[in-house]
Amino acid sequence: MKPTNTQNPEYYHKVVDCQYACPAHTPVPEYIRLIAAEKYTEAYMVNWESNVFPGILGRTCDRPCEPACRRVRVEEEPVAICRLKRVAADNKGDVKQYMPQGPFTPNGKKVCLIGGGPASLTVARDLAPLGYEIHLYDEQIAGGGMMRSQIPSFRLPEEVLNEEVNYILDMGIQTQFLTYVDSLKSILSKNYDAVFVGTGAPKGRDLPKLPGRKEGDKFIHIGIEWLAGVAFEHNKSIGKRVIVLGGGNTAMDCCRTSRRLGGKEVKVVVRSPFEDMKASPWEKEDALHEDIQIIDNHVPLSFEVLNGKLIGMKFQKVKALYDENGKRSLLPTGESDVLIEADEVLIAIGQENSFPWIERDLGLEFDQWNMPVVDKLTFQSTHPKVFFGGDAAFGPENVITAVAHGHQAAVSIHLFCEGKNLRERPSPYTNLVSQKMGIHEWSYDSGIAIDQRFVVPQAEKAITLKDRKKEVELGFDVQTAFKETQRCLNCDVQTVFTADRCIECDACMDVCPTSCITFTANAEEPELRQKLLVPAENHTQDLLVSEGLKTGRVMVKDEDVCLHCGLCAERCPTSAWDMQKFLYSVTKAYQMPEPLPQISK
Amino acid sequence: MSYLKPLFKHPRLPKNKLGYTLKEYEGSLSTLCAGCGHDSISAAIVQACYEMSVEPHKVAKISGIGCSSKTPTYFLGNSHGFNSVHGRMPSVATGASMANKDLLYFGVSGDGDSASIGMGQFVHVIRRNLNMVYIVMNNGCYGLTKGQDSATADQGSKSKAGSINPFQAIDLASMAIELGASFVAQSFSGDKQQLVPLIKAAMQHKGFAFLNVISPCVTFNNNPGSTKSYDYVREHIEATSTLDFVPEMPEIKASYESGQSTSLALHDGSLVQLNKLATDWDPENRISAVNALQQARAKQEILTGLLYVNSEWKDLHGVLNTYHMPLNRLDESDLCPGEENLLSINASYR
Repeated sequence: MKPTNTQNPEYYHKVVDCQYACPAHTPVPEYIRLIAAEKYTEAYMVNWESNVFPGILGRTCDRPCEPACRRVRVEEEPVAICRLKRVAADNKGDVKQYMPQGPFTPNGKKVCLIGGGPASLTVARDLAPLGYEIHLYDEQIAGGGMMRSQIPSFRLPEEVLNEEVNYILDMGIQTQFLTYVDSLKSILSKNYDAVFVGTGAPKGRDLPKLPGRKEGDKFIHIGIEWLAGVAFEHNKSIGKRVIVLGGGNTAMDCCRTSRRLGGKEVKVVVRSPFEDMKASPWEKEDALHEDIQIIDNHVPLSFEVLNGKLIGMKFQKVKALYDENGKRSLLPTGESDVLIEADEVLIAIGQENSFPWIERDLGLEFDQWNMPVVDKLTFQSTHPKVFFGGDAAFGPENVITAVAHGHQAAVSIHLFCEGKNLRERPSPYTNLVSQKMGIHEWSYDSGIAIDQRFVVPQAEKAITLKDRKKEVELGFDVQTAFKETQRCLNCDVQTVFTADRCIECDACMDVCPTSCITFTANAEEPELRQKLLVPAENHTQDLLVSEGLKTGRVMVKDEDVCLHCGLCAERCPTSAWDMQKFLYSVTKAYQMPEPLPQISK
Repeated sequence: MSYLKPLFKHPRLPKNKLGYTLKEYEGSLSTLCAGCGHDSISAAIVQACYEMSVEPHKVAKISGIGCSSKTPTYFLGNSHGFNSVHGRMPSVATGASMANKDLLYFGVSGDGDSASIGMGQFVHVIRRNLNMVYIVMNNGCYGLTKGQDSATADQGSKSKAGSINPFQAIDLASMAIELGASFVAQSFSGDKQQLVPLIKAAMQHKGFAFLNVISPCVTFNNNPGSTKSYDYVREHIEATSTLDFVPEMPEIKASYESGQSTSLALHDGSLVQLNKLATDWDPENRISAVNALQQARAKQEILTGLLYVNSEWKDLHGVLNTYHMPLNRLDESDLCPGEENLLSINASYR
């Protein structure tokens, strides 16, 4: 193999599994260390710079970082990254002082944002400090988009939402709430320099062809519409017996909200097996904890209506079969159909994009699925002035993905307004700094804690079920949070190898607790992977291959289960190994001058 | 400084016949200088014991004083150990072996411990052909007292401070052959491919197995001009053979070129498979082994690999014709024949 090019920032970035897996690439280990140092304000700002909504995401994120956590590969459970983020938000001090301070000198350009959700707000935050005049339109009463209308208050308290939305709106964003944009043409006629569409996936899927749908309409609701109704206090109660259709997180929010509005017997009925449900495992757990029954392998057949009143639903029992490609098909078991009694039904089987307000003669192309044609890199549509992001761009995802889109769209809008090429994007901000403080001393805590993942405490069910605004999760207290931070393996502290210093004493290879390092004759990658002390069978993880050494061998390190404990560097007599902290901050339109605050004691 | 090893291990770490991974043969984290050759030798011992599926509780590690003699803490953490007086490891090992011949004895010593203060003990333990593996971690200096030349430092070798050693070196391997050691090998801490099979063969050899391992002292004797530095040893190393240790009788394969490849049988039928590199050398002939060593010395080369092996000589227990059971397991019923027997024995003399 050729020597690894560690000059390419993506190499070390990939080693930081959590950060690499995060759509917004938040520097996770960096803020976890800050939390350990009780620097909650700084930890919050590391998050805010990257993911814009630390308090919100610390409660509601889909956590793509956690399954990626290296800890999963050496023990069972990942670091509770998401809930540590919340600890930073819960305990922070004055964060506003570190945010860009307005009023900003106008640059004479005007940008319109349609929709006030996470994607639009991210664009606003990135562009406002550059002097853009930003107009934000949203049909709701306040900003936040689906974070306000769809995420229930018992998961995300309104104060937290308002606080983080307002940090952005207070940057001088001109908002027009309660304004539904019904024509893109009229917006374009207002001579904006660029328009960003962040309208989400606002249309909940229905089951229009199912028998009884029309007759029972009064008792049948679309999940996200019903949740919005609850959030804006139009819906204050629900029947005693509720069926929720669907297996995603919206279904979980619907069933748990039902329990708080008077639902006694709430049943989630889903077509797929329990394990295949789209909802996050912890959401399912929380639902079960609130006495909600989840009935899997049931396909809805009809709504049963008697005398104009819904009495229940009929289901067919199925079982899942998987072909050799893992593709699933649901086959009827042949058992008789099941009637589940219910007073009301919530349909939470997915959501779709909907752009009735975009005229089709503007030069903005739509594809065969009626989705706008959007460039995956630049987020520009075929109308050069119009950009998309969040769920509106490529279909329903999640908040953190919307934020990631927002950052990139903002970069594009800025390049566009400056008349530059949208494809020549500025490099990410990176830095690599040695953590050496003495012969065997590191400025990071290199010890490896063997603690199992700590559990986040919850409020009493008896209390939370009575009040839909009472937050269920209480968050870690700072003592437990500290212990949880110590589980982090500091994967951003890289093992940097300098071949010409190595005297091949083998000390690193001998000491490495997870047998990652091998000195061997070079070979092509498949062969080299097999030649290591422990064959490198996880192909998603790279090999670090050195330049040729004096004896003609090479040093090969399998990044897979490296604990970043620094023992290789501690046992290296010539400092051929060094532990160096790698910082990676995604390209943003407005790069904060001090992107990540340092720990100062 | 880290003083604890992380407890996590590679999830796919292979296991030996006993179901143990390499981890079960490790010791605590080394406190020797970073890059010390001794740590590599410790790792080679760990590797050899793991590969041989040795039961850790059937091993005793005995050492004297010095950097080398600290190492038993850093390998085989689940085995017996005795850190004895300076240069007196052979006495303790002899006593232990007399009491319990079932254990595998690792004597770990250094050039000071063996070639200076312990020379008398070293000589006599060889004479007695005690069944043990005797490893000298030889760095040519007194590392623990800041690097003074030791008795194995080569004449003309330059110390870190710049002084030239005026004295002749004691060649421990030649001496061991001369004194009648039944297994003599020389190796280099930086060459595990050679060292691990040598240790495995030494463990299987019944009798005194001597391993002189050049082990650079990174702190005090790794400077230009030193003949025990990593660079010098690598440039001047010359191997008698590449070798592989085969614990059981293998199928005979015809792929070895005749004259190049030899197998040596040890007491228990296990084989040392040699691929000879040196010409005019016969590992079962003392004269040829000494010749090879002297010729290498004349060429300023360090001859490594298996030098000499003799599987005919009896070990100490064999010479003394001791009881087949370890003495420490004999209880009163074995040792005291009882009154009736005593009376009949006495009667036989009347």
